[in-house]
Amino acid sequence: MKLLYFAWLRTKIGISSEEVTPPDEVSDVGGLIDWLASRGPGYADALANRDQVRVAVNQDYAGRDRAVSPSDEVALFPPVTGG
Amino acid sequence: MAAEIDALTKGNHGIGGIASFMGVVREMAGDHPIQAMTLEHYLGMTEKKLAEIEAEARRRWPLEASLIIHRHGRLVPGDRIVLVVTCAKSRGPALAACEFLIDWLKTEAPFWKLEETGDGEQWVDARESDEAAAKKWAE
Repeated sequence: MKLLYFAWLRTKIGISSEEVTPPDEVSDVGGLIDWLASRGPGYADALANRDQVRVAVNQDYAGRDRAVSPSDEVALFPPVTGG
Repeated sequence: MAAEIDALTKGNHGIGGIASFMGVVREMAGDHPIQAMTLEHYLGMTEKKLAEIEAEARRRWPLEASLIIHRHGRLVPGDRIVLVVTCAKSRGPALAACEFLIDWLKTEAPFWKLEETGDGEQWVDARESDEAAAKKWAE
């Protein structure tokens, strides 16, 4: 599963992207975020406030219940500030 | 901007009204002078989202033509960030669609602003007023 991180999530986690293989029990966005937060202090800090984390799966916005699979591209980022 | 409008309206004599919005990098962030603003974006999703937002505007209003240009990378005060242009037979749809596009773009398009001031760099927070502006277009 390809993960992409943007803005201050990227700076707190320390990398802009990675390939991950979550455990089998991770089946949706919520589970994925919970698992990522457990992987280290940078992840925990970045994901501490779930209200500030937005997710896109294959470039479409997704909620916590959205299913994820190994071939997906999942991006995590703060609320957008373009325009 | 004149060149963009010329290209957009070329040959279409049905256009009676052209509306536009341009976003520009401000000099001040509150009481701090801004030295630069860097726009990060999600390559691939930005194009997809801007196309979706434009298609939604054309579904809601009878537009003859429309254009969204959004820059990314490092910009300085006075630089243009975003341009929205809408063309219709009359001013109602052109003006409404233009406002809709910038309101939606500010909550949907995956860009993030990093401001450089004398105190260092900080990521701009999303504003509730932007969410509220987008919500007023709910059908």
